[in-house]
Amino acid sequence: MEKKHKILILDDDADWLSLAREMLAALPSHPEILTATTGKRALALLESEPVRLLICDLKMPRIDGLQILAIVRRRYPELRTVVLSALEDEEFRSRAYALGVDMFWIKIEMQRNSKMFIECLESLLGRDDEPGFRGIQSKSLMDIIQMECLTRSSTVLRITRGPLVAKLWLQDGELIDAEAEGVRGEAAFRRILAWKSGTFENLPAEPNRERTIVKPINALLLETAQDMDENATPATPESIEDSAHRKTVWKLALLTREGAEFVISIPPEGMGEPEAIGATNIAPLVKWTRHAAAIARRLGERLEAGPVLQVGGQNLERQVLVLERGEKLFLVGWPADAAGNLMEKTKKLVASWDS
Amino acid sequence: MGFLKRFFRGRAAVQQLPTGTITVDRHGRIVTSTVSSAYPQNFLRDIGRDVLALFSEARAAQMPLAEVSLHFGSLHITARELRGGAIIFLFPQTALLPTPTPSRS
Repeated sequence: MEKKHKILILDDDADWLSLAREMLAALPSHPEILTATTGKRALALLESEPVRLLICDLKMPRIDGLQILAIVRRRYPELRTVVLSALEDEEFRSRAYALGVDMFWIKIEMQRNSKMFIECLESLLGRDDEPGFRGIQSKSLMDIIQMECLTRSSTVLRITRGPLVAKLWLQDGELIDAEAEGVRGEAAFRRILAWKSGTFENLPAEPNRERTIVKPINALLLETAQDMDENATPATPESIEDSAHRKTVWKLALLTREGAEFVISIPPEGMGEPEAIGATNIAPLVKWTRHAAAIARRLGERLEAGPVLQVGGQNLERQVLVLERGEKLFLVGWPADAAGNLMEKTKKLVASWDS
Repeated sequence: MGFLKRFFRGRAAVQQLPTGTITVDRHGRIVTSTVSSAYPQNFLRDIGRDVLALFSEARAAQMPLAEVSLHFGSLHITARELRGGAIIFLFPQTALLPTPTPSRS
């Protein structure tokens, strides 16, 4: 017998719940629909039922949607989450995505594009944890680019991998430009192709984009594939040394370009040595970073305040941010007068660090 | 009533998040607080103790900090050092409120 997924819709508006229930009845997999009008009820249902997907409103009395999402992200990491809200504020959208939601829909948009909404939900229900780019399962970026070129598309492919964003400009099936991590042209294209997973979307074509890539796409794909193969084969001691040197130079360039003072990358204790660029005598800083992260984790759990997003500090000379990525901790130092969203800049820097 | 509670314990009880400001002295004792008195005092003491530890360990690491911030999914904590103690601002992150950020003096 085919297994039916369960969807839980949380919204304080009972009329909206019945409307949403009706709409979700159109899902091809015919999932079981559960509803809750309060966060407390929703948490109780999640505790007792194996729910696959939570559709959550944001603006609710007592416990709002963001609080619920923070709780469920920690308690049920496998649960798919969709925010369906009337709040058209970009800040809430980014906060929701920061909490790891799979999709964010505005209620009016959802009613206007109900077919697309249903398709997105169906895709979320069916999606397994496979590598690949969201939207087309088990296809590498190379496959996606080849498909676009074969169909002679004119489009801009926007590719996102965590906080990193890259773009590929295609015109009549030819790749004309690429941009990623502050570089353009062929170098950017090679960097993008090294990404193993991410999401992509098609943006409208930009025919007036300046052309920086003249090589045919097949030649570029072949060269990049060869480079990747060569990098994967065992290397000689000299080439390891060269590669380490190149990496250090590249990291220094990245640090300078972003305007950071230093980066310390800290593996878990007993799993390698911390690595620092721009800082010396790092042992006390490493100790502080590890302890700060441990304190934040413990406090977050005790207060039930959701996942730790960042730990920061500042004095008159500089600002520091502690960020966790995978198993590693990163301590990034910025000048006291560094402008812009430091959190986003730090995320970008850290994401590029080991890529 | 207490008898029934023994059998029907709420399994998904949700803890409220603290909102307001506390000041702690250099020993971690709470001196003033605008956080609701219904919020468990031991949690506030934990926050004070942890924040002071972050300041003192940063000093020991030759990186004295005037301000530390801890951002969680649904709570922001910002603390400024105050003559060995600290003033700590607690901001729950709800959909109904914009993120308040104390300006640097």
